[in-house]
Amino acid sequence: MANEKMHVLVCGGTGCLSAEGEEIITNLKSQIAEAGLDTEVAVLKTGCFGFCEKGPIVKILPDNTFYVRVTPEDTEEIVKEHLIKGRKVERLLYVDPDKNEAISDSKKMDFYKKQMRIALRNCGFIDPANIDEYIARDGYMALGKAVTDMTPDTVIQEVKDSGLRGRGGGGFPTGLKWQFAKSYDADQKYVICNADEGDPGAFMDRSILEGDPHSVIEAMAICGYAIGATIGRVYIRAEYPLAIKRLQYAIDEARNYGLLGEDILGSGFEFDIELTLGAGAFVCGEETALIHSMEGKRGEPTTKPPFPAESGYWGKPTNVNNVETFANIPVILLKGADWFSSIGTEKSTGTKVFALAGKINNVGLIEVPMGTTLREVIYDIGGGIKDGKKFKAVQTGGPSGGCLTEKDLDTPIDFDNLIAKGSMMGSGGMIVVDEESCMPAMAKFYLEFTEEESCGKCTPCRIGTKRLSELLELVCNGKAEMRHLDELKRLSRVIKDTSLCGLGQTAPNPILSTMEAFWDEYIAHVKDKTCPAGECSNLIKYVINDNCIGCTVCAKVCPVECIEGERKQMHLIDQDECIKCGACYEKCKFEAIDKK
Amino acid sequence: MAKIKSLDELMKIRANVQNKVDLREKGENIDSLIQVHVAMATCGIAAGAREIMDFIIQDSHKEGIDNVVVTQTGCMGYCYAEPTIQVTLPGKDPVVFGEVTQEKAKKIIEKYMKNGELVDGIIPVTHKTVE
Repeated sequence: MANEKMHVLVCGGTGCLSAEGEEIITNLKSQIAEAGLDTEVAVLKTGCFGFCEKGPIVKILPDNTFYVRVTPEDTEEIVKEHLIKGRKVERLLYVDPDKNEAISDSKKMDFYKKQMRIALRNCGFIDPANIDEYIARDGYMALGKAVTDMTPDTVIQEVKDSGLRGRGGGGFPTGLKWQFAKSYDADQKYVICNADEGDPGAFMDRSILEGDPHSVIEAMAICGYAIGATIGRVYIRAEYPLAIKRLQYAIDEARNYGLLGEDILGSGFEFDIELTLGAGAFVCGEETALIHSMEGKRGEPTTKPPFPAESGYWGKPTNVNNVETFANIPVILLKGADWFSSIGTEKSTGTKVFALAGKINNVGLIEVPMGTTLREVIYDIGGGIKDGKKFKAVQTGGPSGGCLTEKDLDTPIDFDNLIAKGSMMGSGGMIVVDEESCMPAMAKFYLEFTEEESCGKCTPCRIGTKRLSELLELVCNGKAEMRHLDELKRLSRVIKDTSLCGLGQTAPNPILSTMEAFWDEYIAHVKDKTCPAGECSNLIKYVINDNCIGCTVCAKVCPVECIEGERKQMHLIDQDECIKCGACYEKCKFEAIDKK
Repeated sequence: MAKIKSLDELMKIRANVQNKVDLREKGENIDSLIQVHVAMATCGIAAGAREIMDFIIQDSHKEGIDNVVVTQTGCMGYCYAEPTIQVTLPGKDPVVFGEVTQEKAKKIIEKYMKNGELVDGIIPVTHKTVE
């Protein structure tokens, strides 16, 4: 170990692994061994680095060289040039798009400069399948401190003072939740980790579990100590096979070390964790539905109160927290509530992880202090909009949230500001759309999602979301009238007010917020029967104009052969046959096709 | 694996495994550390640079200097004076030492790296590294 001079970290997140990450690791290992460097260079599979856009990523330390888009064929050059001769492989370095310069040190990249990693502190830094690496990063010290030096009440007080709020979406103060769970007496209490991540586009929980599973295990044990529970359960969707594997391995490692089980660190405190696999239903992220699903019942919510803190899993006091919330806990105990609350804004302390997706240059996972503006996130870290197009809106909070526009770009992001703007934090998904995206169509996409995911227990949500998506279908097809827009609004409000759980109560948000910000676009669909963004295929028309020189390219690419015309003569599109695929529009070199 | 029975035992384990991530933690704040580059092209390796690198890593650790990070680099161009090493103290210009033997390496560690005192064998730097 002492002889190791270099560490090669290869991203082992789901994204990079699916892009031949495993092969990169195998190649590196065998080529390093061939070069006789296997005692000096260690190859480690870590969690996600977050810069998924440029994956697979290989990082070399201690010189902090960050290689992007590495393929299994590149490994030989990395070994021969960098590892043996100490020369960086220029062509694999990240190139700053503005300055057109290669940057080798990740700290100097815009993507990382403004980030602050607390929940993701070990992701992309340690080998998640080695408990010693977690311990070397002060792992389990917070649990040790809690069970030896602190009472359950002081632990709860510390979490309360830190101002930590639930990262799963609701933003409820975590310390208060723990206090409620502690206040009820029972022969058995439970700690549940909600790993049923369901927002389209959000993958922070998966990345934490894949990259740093011990942080969640440690935090659950701390929670157990604080509220008086001895059993922990992680409700995780079966669609996350890698996260399940790494988490189970980590639990076994912790048990072998005696960090889970009876008499933890000689304190007499007992705690153990088991996994429960869910089938992946969006509604099961709601805590009462989650608990029912764990009990083997249908994943349907029930009214609160009683809150799970009073009567939860098998009717016993239960505390449910999200993965990212838990990942913050050990750091809070070690560095103190004052340190944590000094980060972020007054009412939203700490940092938040966001998953950037959609029409943005740097798709990936980022963590920034609360209070960072949308502009910083989208332009500085996210690198702006793809293909130089114009920013139109960003959907935060997934299907339950709303869209934020140009005028909201300088709003500091925190729980309360987003709600004030008609959206919400949610679990931190951020889907960016550009000028070519149609807002009613986006609302329709989300409504189809909630319609599909509605558990069907309450009528407003079961039937209401169906009707909403039917109405949006009319809008997007150009068949809606003004009364349909009124109906959309009215129904949205009724569903919000009368649904049983958060799923239904928030389902109309994408409609209401896009109507608020892009009312003109709805009107255009209804009155003018056009789609300004040019996305709704029933409302657009491709027409050939006078620029046409009769090159016949369009006729050749048309998949339904509906373009006619003689060579060197103007061509014509048969509107009845046209399927609006846009192939001719993309191919025409003479700007002779208009999209109307 | 033996069970960990107390916080003290956990701390002992942490001390033992710290070196696993040490290298990486140093990489994270490389600018505030003493950086030692060992020229390890064919000429350097033939002249014994690999052994010198090992020695520097181990000896600086023995001397209790833990803010040092040793990396290898390509040929610096001073082939007549291999093995060569370049030492950069935080905030200072890099200094290149030539014909580094184990004895000389020890002197560099004890005098220059610890106290900033210059020792014999400095090669005037004729190159600049572009970041």
